[in-house]
Amino acid sequence: MRGTSTKKTTLPTSFLWLIVGWVGFCLTPWYGIEDGFFSLEWLLNGYPFEAEYAPALFLILSGKKLWLAPLLPLLIVPLLVFQRPKTDPLHAKILIICGALGFGWLIAQGFAIGLRGYTFGWLETMAGPLGDRQFGMGYGAMLVASAFLFIFTQGIAARGAVNGDVFVVGAIGFVIAIVTAFVFYPIVNMLTSAFITEDNGYSIGVFFDKFTDKRLWGLGCFYGARCGAAWNSLILAILVGASTTILGLVFALVVTRTGFRFKQSLRALTVLPIITPPFVIGLAIILLFGLSGSITVFFSDIFGITPTRWVYGLPGVFIAQLLAFTPIAFLVLIGVVEGVSPSMEEAAQTLRANKWHTFVTISLPLMRPGLANAFLLGFIESMADFGNPLVLGGNFDVLSTEIFFAIVGAQYDQGRAAILAMVLLVFTLSAFYAQRFWLGKKSYTTMTGKGDSGVHPHLPSGLAIPVFVIATLWTLFIAVIYLMIVYGSFVDLWGVRNELTFKHYITAFSIAFDDNGLRWTGSAWDSFWTTLEIAIISAPLTAGVGLVTAYLLTRQNFAGKNAFEFGTMLSFAIPGTVIGVSYILAFNVPPIELTGTGVILVVSFIFRNMPVGVRAGMASMSQIDKSLDESSLTLGANSWQTFINVILPLLRPAILAALVYSFVRAMTAISAVIFLVSARHNMATSYIIGRVENNDYGLAIAYSTTLIVVMLIVVGILQYLVGRTNIGRRLNQSRTNV
Amino acid sequence: MKKIGFTVFGVVAALTAMPSMANAEKLTLYCSANEDWCQVMARGFEEATGIDVAMTRKSSGETFAQVKAESSNPKGDIWWGGTGDPHLQAAEEDLTAPYISPMRGKLHQWALDQAASADDKTIGVYSGALGYGYNTKLLADNNLAAPACWKDLLKPEYKGHVQMANPNSSGTAYTTLATIVQLFGEEEGFTFMKGLHKNINQYTKSGSAPIKAAGRGENTIGIVFMHDAVKQAISGFPIKVVAPCEGTGFEIGSMSIIKDGRNPESAKKFYDWALTADVQSRALEVNAFQVPSNKSAKTSPSAPDMSSIKLIDYNFKLYGSSAERKRLLKKWDDDVSTLPQ
Repeated sequence: MRGTSTKKTTLPTSFLWLIVGWVGFCLTPWYGIEDGFFSLEWLLNGYPFEAEYAPALFLILSGKKLWLAPLLPLLIVPLLVFQRPKTDPLHAKILIICGALGFGWLIAQGFAIGLRGYTFGWLETMAGPLGDRQFGMGYGAMLVASAFLFIFTQGIAARGAVNGDVFVVGAIGFVIAIVTAFVFYPIVNMLTSAFITEDNGYSIGVFFDKFTDKRLWGLGCFYGARCGAAWNSLILAILVGASTTILGLVFALVVTRTGFRFKQSLRALTVLPIITPPFVIGLAIILLFGLSGSITVFFSDIFGITPTRWVYGLPGVFIAQLLAFTPIAFLVLIGVVEGVSPSMEEAAQTLRANKWHTFVTISLPLMRPGLANAFLLGFIESMADFGNPLVLGGNFDVLSTEIFFAIVGAQYDQGRAAILAMVLLVFTLSAFYAQRFWLGKKSYTTMTGKGDSGVHPHLPSGLAIPVFVIATLWTLFIAVIYLMIVYGSFVDLWGVRNELTFKHYITAFSIAFDDNGLRWTGSAWDSFWTTLEIAIISAPLTAGVGLVTAYLLTRQNFAGKNAFEFGTMLSFAIPGTVIGVSYILAFNVPPIELTGTGVILVVSFIFRNMPVGVRAGMASMSQIDKSLDESSLTLGANSWQTFINVILPLLRPAILAALVYSFVRAMTAISAVIFLVSARHNMATSYIIGRVENNDYGLAIAYSTTLIVVMLIVVGILQYLVGRTNIGRRLNQSRTNV
Repeated sequence: MKKIGFTVFGVVAALTAMPSMANAEKLTLYCSANEDWCQVMARGFEEATGIDVAMTRKSSGETFAQVKAESSNPKGDIWWGGTGDPHLQAAEEDLTAPYISPMRGKLHQWALDQAASADDKTIGVYSGALGYGYNTKLLADNNLAAPACWKDLLKPEYKGHVQMANPNSSGTAYTTLATIVQLFGEEEGFTFMKGLHKNINQYTKSGSAPIKAAGRGENTIGIVFMHDAVKQAISGFPIKVVAPCEGTGFEIGSMSIIKDGRNPESAKKFYDWALTADVQSRALEVNAFQVPSNKSAKTSPSAPDMSSIKLIDYNFKLYGSSAERKRLLKKWDDDVSTLPQ
């Protein structure tokens, strides 16, 4: 969206988009190409006349797919506009009408005509059978659609919306379009299946039948049987949310307010669980605390207790999630704990409050936003977690695994999955609003920009000692877990044959040199390269979309901003399993046909992880004074130039946080991925699940260890690339705002 | 928006590789057996025919879900392996296509029966009997007698020592349920399941998980297919395999061609190839101890000997149908799974 100054004319920008539209219409293949666009095979196979590869114009000229013809005049009319000045109301009107009609028609025809002719029965009764069909849209359609979209937003801007700012209106239109297509559409599509009966009718009764199921809401656990999955999930999430917050706070206090000597290594240790692939922590816990786990056996030998399976169920899942999500709480809280201005605390002490009194009445209340955020994140992560309950759940069913098995189980009950997803969504969204309500409209600002050279007081010793003990024990525990993981990757067959071996690494990552040169013969290479590729592609896209959205939310005012914010944050509250299922249902058929491609993985990562980019961006941007933008605008730059030249360079920490987070998530995500992988695009995590299922723990752990190392390296490279200039201090801060 | 080639690298590589790629035959294989076996099948077929194979390994339940979700626009060509019920269900829902292979003369009768009950839309590639396995070390540690029959598993001393999969999520466990019902009759069968419920320490999600847990020492007795138990024993875990004395049911691992797939010719080639004796003998390379459907394929001496096991006359047609499955599962859900343990 390279625009010239809004003060002159919109001609070049909208004209550019019109050219894009014409290219898409006349040159690029209209429909998706089975072998991939970039294999460029289509250039040799009868392009541009072969119907499969033909651009829209050639299709229409040869009398096929005539429903595309109405797009042609809508691309011609805007050409006439450019003789008129931008101030002419007709100019804006024509752009708006052509853009809206073109975009609308494109979508309408996409939904109306599918693989088997008309998709709606009433169309067929009205117009008779079509005798033709169409596949998913390809690059031609994509270019034309974006052309119409931006011509439309140019028109809106020309009429003076958002101060006639072409870039801002375009960006808003773009974000709304993609969020609608890749968040709302699939979710709504999936949720409607909660009302579908077995013979494809719609009925409320079906919904209530499945909703009131006792497997969902049963309270059996109070009298010896089992509780429903909804209660289990809720109890677990509250426990995990509260405990991770407390532990996170403990660590944050140790790092900032005690004379603890190994702060750096503590920080490093807390990052580890974030870059650990799912299952690994669960597996390590089984290997330690399971019926035949090392620690269990050790204690049963000493004390002669009969080992039990206590770890399977709530306790095991709880421990695993605590290990996995405490670092997130820590990263949130450390910023807040550091941010509480020492001058406040000093003031309290000057007024004769003792250390304990100061902590309880001043420091702790000022940390409320951090505590609420940490709790919310722990709560949502626990609700959405899929890997740990799968490995350690035992008979403790939670919603996320139940959703998975409703879809893949022998019953294949999509409606049930949709209802479970709704319940999960209601829980997470309620937590989201409860947090906002609790924080209310109070001010927690303590950073005033004035001299703030105070030093945080140390903790009262009554608090310092337990905090210190907990932190030390927990650190030891994490260290043991990770030593076990590394050790486990070198052990032949855990618990049976304990000799050390490189076997697992060789199976997974062997290479060979022969006549064809270097060959990647290890069984893990395929999924490894795919994973890396997809993570590398999706990370910058995620960060980009996230930061643009953050810019719109913090810097611009427009109608419907609240709804806009809700929409962009929604996908964070939606668990991955739900996203996965809804994507495979929505994008397997035209108009957007993505299943079986790498694109669907990239898209799912972008929209799963975008909210974090948005949050990081918003946090950083609210620290940048608005007067900087204003002076840039006063000096004649437009908002696009301001964004690129002024705001973006100041956002390095946020960019880094978004990049790192989305990269790591793309490498370690499993819940959505398990539905979306395909023969040609298999991901590391789904490969690892397969090995775990096969009792091949050694290989699974070896692969995971490799992934951890790779992620450490890539994160290091990203830090180097994005922020060479003096961001050391701010890096931590931005991370904490995530 | 479809299939964006990934990096500039990718584009360059694709350009240079173009001449060889043009008109290459392809096959998308959905594989529901173990990863190793799936790899052997995929790579073996590539070597034998030069057809490029893209393989996805998922459990039979997951594959069925995928094939069903993709039914209006199938991405897969052939579905090989995995327990027979989802294949029968797919045939019933018209997701797979009929095919009469020239290899049929060389197959065991049970493989053809499977085809007959699905109007030729599926065929047996291997079979395996249901049973259970136990961890000898844990059994000794807990001073328990070795079980030999289904009814032994009801004894109170095994409380908390038995594991089976949840029939709602696993084909193996559904086969167990259907076997018990056929063996003891529906009334007594459900009484058996209720008794068993008291001893179960966990209903796992995946079918072979109980014996894997037993192998690792996380569980004592696992109700699974016997070949899965044999595999654990061969891998070095202290597992003993039991063929229950009352008789037992079995599964027929199947293969189906997906309806309206994109490469039907390659799919048929794979179908015929997968039924040859040489290919089926290669199961031994990956420790798969199922009985192959080709009469002249080699079997392992470690494999459970099907002729010495008392097999029931399993009614695949009835118990593989959606209606009966739903009815039994609902009854199990309502009457058994909610009982206190």
